[in-house]
Amino acid sequence: MPPLEQFVIQLVNGLVSGMILALVASGLTLIFGIMDVVNFAHGELFMLGAYVGTTMLVVTGSFWAALVGASTTIGLLGAVIQVVALRPLLGRDPLTTILATFGISLVLQNYALWQYGPVARKIPEPISGHFRLFQLEYPWYRIVIAILSATLIGALWLFLQRGKYGIWIRATTQDRVMAQAMGIPVPWVHTGVFGIGAALAAASGVLFGPLVGVNHAMGLDLILKAFIVVVVGGMGNLGGSILASIFVSCLEAFASLWVSPAQAVIVSFVALILTLLFRPTGLFVPTPK
Amino acid sequence: MAPWLLPLFWQRFLTEILIWGLLAMSSDLLIGYTGMVSFGHSAFFGLGMYGAAAALLALRPPSLAAALALGLLAAGVVAAFVAYFATRLRDIYFSITTLVFSQIFYVVIFTWTEVTGGENGLSFRQPPLSLPGLPPSPLTPATLHWLVLAIVGLAYLALRRVTQSPFGMVLQAIRENEPRTRAIGYAVERYKIVAVLLSGLFAGLAGVLYAVQNKFAAPDFVFFVVSGEVVIFNVMGGMGTLVGPVAGAALFFLLREGLSRYFTQYYLIPVGLIFVAMVICVPQGLLGFARRALNR
Repeated sequence: MPPLEQFVIQLVNGLVSGMILALVASGLTLIFGIMDVVNFAHGELFMLGAYVGTTMLVVTGSFWAALVGASTTIGLLGAVIQVVALRPLLGRDPLTTILATFGISLVLQNYALWQYGPVARKIPEPISGHFRLFQLEYPWYRIVIAILSATLIGALWLFLQRGKYGIWIRATTQDRVMAQAMGIPVPWVHTGVFGIGAALAAASGVLFGPLVGVNHAMGLDLILKAFIVVVVGGMGNLGGSILASIFVSCLEAFASLWVSPAQAVIVSFVALILTLLFRPTGLFVPTPK
Repeated sequence: MAPWLLPLFWQRFLTEILIWGLLAMSSDLLIGYTGMVSFGHSAFFGLGMYGAAAALLALRPPSLAAALALGLLAAGVVAAFVAYFATRLRDIYFSITTLVFSQIFYVVIFTWTEVTGGENGLSFRQPPLSLPGLPPSPLTPATLHWLVLAIVGLAYLALRRVTQSPFGMVLQAIRENEPRTRAIGYAVERYKIVAVLLSGLFAGLAGVLYAVQNKFAAPDFVFFVVSGEVVIFNVMGGMGTLVGPVAGAALFFLLREGLSRYFTQYYLIPVGLIFVAMVICVPQGLLGFARRALNR
């Protein structure tokens, strides 16, 4: 049995990676909730966001400018992808959107490989301080990531609850036809939501970049986890997927006390399968009546 | 005809297309006939490869029959396991579950280095071809081609028989209207489990052939990108036709050969764009499109 402080350290690790995952998953779940699109390309938008971040960092020299710039660029790219590839599929079987976004993910991933090469790029941490956590020097930057992610998710939530366009989005999620009848431009709401989701993915890519080194395969690892989280949290349920992100990340962090991190992934796979078998509506949603 | 007419490179190329075509046909049984999009066929394919590798490494002298038997057994066990859980779910949930199952097997194979060789995989020598009544002879590209052609041809006939049987009709009924099929009194879940199992066995067969052709088994073939490519073959060729997915595989590899002259290893950029365009504009695939054009 590992000592108690190991558990505390892993809890902090789990919370930090959980918040990043939550940022990615909230975009994914928003997109699914509003247009029944399972966005296979979400991981690639995350990865491309990190790459655009490295370029912007070279141009502007400021991490925070790169964060904003990359999110905007990828948000626009997402909107374009939605208009070109997903809008024609509206009303068809949701499975066709999986196929289309899978094709897009192939294109984006190989584009990144072509443009940026196979060698991982480094984003330096914008905040370099450490604090003492038991025997570890724990970087402040990780805590900052968690707080920033939480802030962004909070802002998204406020926007959805209070903003005029947020109300449009919620109305479209509830009833597409009725929303259209009330004069809401539903196709553009879809485009906007896809853009917002892409921008959130890009923001988490830039934030996550300093921890791992930016590489063209980073989206692949992440998208599976994001899928797991979105299903465990209940498809299309924003709060549920955020709780599920933290839950699954902490599970994995604790599991890696005993097995290697590569094998710890299996724990979240098992969590997903158990959820699907015993509570297919999701762990963190009220029982449907 | 290929070994008599074509140079060695194209001969190998054709053999490879036949093997991937078999894999695509196996998944067509689920995608096209039962309406379940499996994103986990790499697991069955990969386990077929590793099963064959295990038989060829463990047994002295190596035997093709043993490789086939163990490969099919491995793929069958995995398919039964996946089928039992995944068939309880529908639509995208089925897709995501099969995807996640295949990743579990990927992680196990990738990290269990002592048994599976980890990242490097396993390599072995090609077994001799021994047919009953004939002395064993070493496999050449030509004999391998004939062997693969024969097996894939037989598998096609078997799959066609399955899809035209009463069992196959029930699968198509499930695709068209699952609640109604259930209401008529068919045990839908049981039919789905058998469909996944059958599909997994044929995918495992393709895995065995691929392992024998290339003399190795590697974790890359269990990774979900392979499953995605199989779905691409189906969509490009035309789902629910059995021949279509083979044509889709051929088209994919021809595109890859043709485009990698200009795009080198980034050929997936144009292939991906073509694929997305086909999903939007020609959802019935090449074969469906050709059929419609001919009927007009």
